[in-house]
Amino acid sequence: MAQELLWIFISALLINNFTLAYFLGICPFLGVSNKLDTALRLGLANIFVMIITAVAAWALNTFVLIYAPYLRLISFIIVIASTVQFVEMAIKKWSPELFKALGIFLPLITTNCAILGLALFATNKGYGLIEGIVYALGAGGGVTLALILMAGIREETRVLDIPDVVKGTALSLIVAGILSMAFMGFAGMFSAA
Amino acid sequence: MTLSMMKTIISSSPFLRSGLSTPRIMWEVVITLVPVVGMAAWVFGISALLMTLVCVLACWMAERIFLPPAPGASVLGDGSAVITGILLALCLPPGFPFWMAFLGGFVAIALGKAMWGGLGHNVFNPALLGRAFLQAAFPGAITTWSAPATSFFALRGSNLALPFLKGESVDAMTGATPLSAMKFTHQAADWQDLLIGQVSGSLGETSGGLFLLLGLYLAWRGLINWRIPVGMIATVGLFSGILYWIDPAHYAPPQFMILAGGLMLGAVYMATDLVSSPLTHKGIWIYAVGIGILVVMIRVWGGLPEGVMYAILLMNAVTPLINRALPTRVYGHASPTS
Repeated sequence: MAQELLWIFISALLINNFTLAYFLGICPFLGVSNKLDTALRLGLANIFVMIITAVAAWALNTFVLIYAPYLRLISFIIVIASTVQFVEMAIKKWSPELFKALGIFLPLITTNCAILGLALFATNKGYGLIEGIVYALGAGGGVTLALILMAGIREETRVLDIPDVVKGTALSLIVAGILSMAFMGFAGMFSAA
Repeated sequence: MTLSMMKTIISSSPFLRSGLSTPRIMWEVVITLVPVVGMAAWVFGISALLMTLVCVLACWMAERIFLPPAPGASVLGDGSAVITGILLALCLPPGFPFWMAFLGGFVAIALGKAMWGGLGHNVFNPALLGRAFLQAAFPGAITTWSAPATSFFALRGSNLALPFLKGESVDAMTGATPLSAMKFTHQAADWQDLLIGQVSGSLGETSGGLFLLLGLYLAWRGLINWRIPVGMIATVGLFSGILYWIDPAHYAPPQFMILAGGLMLGAVYMATDLVSSPLTHKGIWIYAVGIGILVVMIRVWGGLPEGVMYAILLMNAVTPLINRALPTRVYGHASPTS
């Protein structure tokens, strides 16, 4: 069991990285990756929301959707978004420090495709509660890893003599492509074992 | 003595120079690569020489187009594009179509160097970037290995394949590389063979012993940071040694892991890229050990037989973060760690 959980974690973290292998959550990856500090906080918010998503998706699948499977997509979106809003209010009341650290990113991230993707993938793979949470940790960690790598490179590019034609979005997209190529090295890992 | 007789020269730092200019360093590295290309030609025949020529030409052309030299500068440039071309050729299999190699060389300079603002600005190693691009674009052609040539002038089967046409000439003589043999059939080659270089593989994946000598020379000349190859090779040896100690039937022995494939080439020439490696010694150690761990992980558990290229590219991506975490001491200021 522990080995299986580790495999789920590493698979979501590196091999099937949500950002660099599945290309989910590209908008924050390109939009909020110009500073390391914000990128890290966005990543943490992502992990947080993903864990809530995993729990919510599991609860919906187990208790509600067995009676109405055709409601899956819409109920995932509504339930996840509202749960995160609710949790955000709870954090604001009980832990202002955490609220400040996660800041605006918490509501921003809820409607991201990576979040819905996580819920749908976890459902497709038939993960239980614990597996789902580990999967969310791995996937969120993978998104965070991609974000801070991207932010590190983009901070570096600020002091470089980047030609005008590639400055800005073009550079971000090319760097994202290069990172994605580098992550191809993890493809197929552990599948033979 | 009047004031006007005193000659005052106003210049900015640095005042002491080592005498080593960028072109000087680059051409010296190019010269050390001559025996490597010679070895490849010895093992793989004329294909190796032509492949090197094609890659160097592509890199040089891309450099001329995207980073035109200043008026009066050498037509050959500062030599860094030549190094990129030779290194790219050394990571390609001998039967690789030349037009693909040309494309790879062009991409290596365009996306690996020019896009970042030229020499000294690239975050990733250009040659490896070109290789990764080729691996993603032509996964079939780049993993078709030919056995060492029978005659020197025999061109490899698919060398002259035309772009976008299905080449009908399929190389009939293929030989598995030591690493793919290990991966798929669990047969480890003799380490003596790997040391001398009579094995199948990419152009630069032949003789581990030759790279050892060149690495020693480059480190002695101060052209590479010895910590990178030492850290990488020690990590690979230690990590694979532990695995081998746990289960010798399943894992390859450490001397095989060190000498097989592109590890020696990567450790001496690729990871040591002055631009894309970290700035501080402590950062260098983290970088080298990280590459070593990733190499073993990808080779042992990954879907691909070889992982040196991806390991170095991944650590190149981490390098900006390492540099941020371990900043260099600003001259005249206290050490940032104290």
